[in-house]
Amino acid sequence: MPKILIPTPLRQFAGGNDAVDAAGATIGECLEALTTQHPDLRKNLFNDEGKLRSFVNIYLNDEDIRYLSKTGTAVKDSDTISIVPSIAGGR
Amino acid sequence: MSATAVPVALSNEEVLRYSRHLILPEVGMDGQLKLKQAKVLCIGTGGLGAPIGMYLAAAGIGTIGLVDFDIVDRTNLQRQIIHGTKDIGKKKLDSAAETIADINPNVNVVKYEVALSSENALQIMKGYDVVVDGTDNFPTRYLVNDACVLLGIPNVYGSIFRFEGQSTVFATKDGPCYRCLYPEPPPPGLVPSCAEGGVLGILPGMIGVMQATETVKLILGKGDTLVGRLVLYDALNMRFREMRLRRSPECPICGPNRTITQLIDYHQFCGIPQQPAQPEPAAANSGEIDPVDVKKLLDAKHNFVFIDVREPHEYQICQIGATLIPLGTLPQRLKELDPKAEYVMHCKSGMRSGKACDLLRQNGFTNVRNMKGGILAWSDKVDPSVPKY
Repeated sequence: MPKILIPTPLRQFAGGNDAVDAAGATIGECLEALTTQHPDLRKNLFNDEGKLRSFVNIYLNDEDIRYLSKTGTAVKDSDTISIVPSIAGGR
Repeated sequence: MSATAVPVALSNEEVLRYSRHLILPEVGMDGQLKLKQAKVLCIGTGGLGAPIGMYLAAAGIGTIGLVDFDIVDRTNLQRQIIHGTKDIGKKKLDSAAETIADINPNVNVVKYEVALSSENALQIMKGYDVVVDGTDNFPTRYLVNDACVLLGIPNVYGSIFRFEGQSTVFATKDGPCYRCLYPEPPPPGLVPSCAEGGVLGILPGMIGVMQATETVKLILGKGDTLVGRLVLYDALNMRFREMRLRRSPECPICGPNRTITQLIDYHQFCGIPQQPAQPEPAAANSGEIDPVDVKKLLDAKHNFVFIDVREPHEYQICQIGATLIPLGTLPQRLKELDPKAEYVMHCKSGMRSGKACDLLRQNGFTNVRNMKGGILAWSDKVDPSVPKY
């Protein structure tokens, strides 16, 4: 099953997990499986229209899905999906 | 560098100081002179800015500009190693400049005691070879990015949260910019700041050192820089990962169809209202209560419910007699609470308890007040034996 890596700011919405296995043939299906397991994540990943929020980037292995087939990008069981949100801390 | 620039040479003291650079073929005398002629602007002298400023000074950068308007306080010292205990209460600019002068008196430090803004950014940044972003908020990060793109100055980026950091180089001639990566910021309040979320003190050291390294490489023109690569660092699991970054064809500032050609209002862009010039109307304040008045209610054994919405690990640090219901668990625990009772909510500073008050009011609770300033104000006004953190 593809593995989704959960970044620190979102772990509180994913039961504290840093990685979640999520079944699916596409990025969209895996994210759906993820947000079904952890419904609190949904509003942090998707806007009211169900589109991915623009301060959250999704990578299939090391590639940004915006430059693949977005949420329709095909996923293999051995793949790692990363959620990379915008963080601003520096002080 | 202009053709009329005064030819630079190293003094004997500098030759000795930089000897370990001079014998590196990738630096050598040519490289060291490039560093000496370089002008680098460090925005922020905090967690990231501390190692950046110190290592760039040690490396022999000729001119280091520092932008900061903050004062050193004790909570900074866990990570901002350019400042020491003796500097508490001093301007960060002065404290940082003193440390740099001690590390390397050959560095020319230029101090800008301002908050970087759309009005002053271009003026300040113009003429620098590299800008290093060590700021701590979204509006300033977009401002730094846009100004770098407009001026054509590389932006060495780093950001941190708890145990996690990101670093890359934006706004080089053909590389992506911050807006290519993140077209828009998160809405205010969704991503907690380091002050709210905490940060491992060593983390900005790691990320800041990466930024300093990239700065030196950009100046030397050596090696493979982070242009087009985003490094993700997870200190808790000690893991580095790398993501590919591309220049976005839809980028509003560096794409082919750019819509941003000058600096904008970054607070508005990030959805953060500017501080109102007028004092808040009484209606907004009526939902607040001063810690001194809370103490009076407690002393008078007044019948009310006092709730602390901080996290359990914060409750361990100090507590002032309230019942702990962490903000994140409040929605599930509403049913335990009587909507007709009187409530006073508190947290560390009053931010989270303000959200808790809103939540209770949205659920039909009518008598809810937020303890203004939280535990910090309690320690100042009621009981100094309660530690601040």
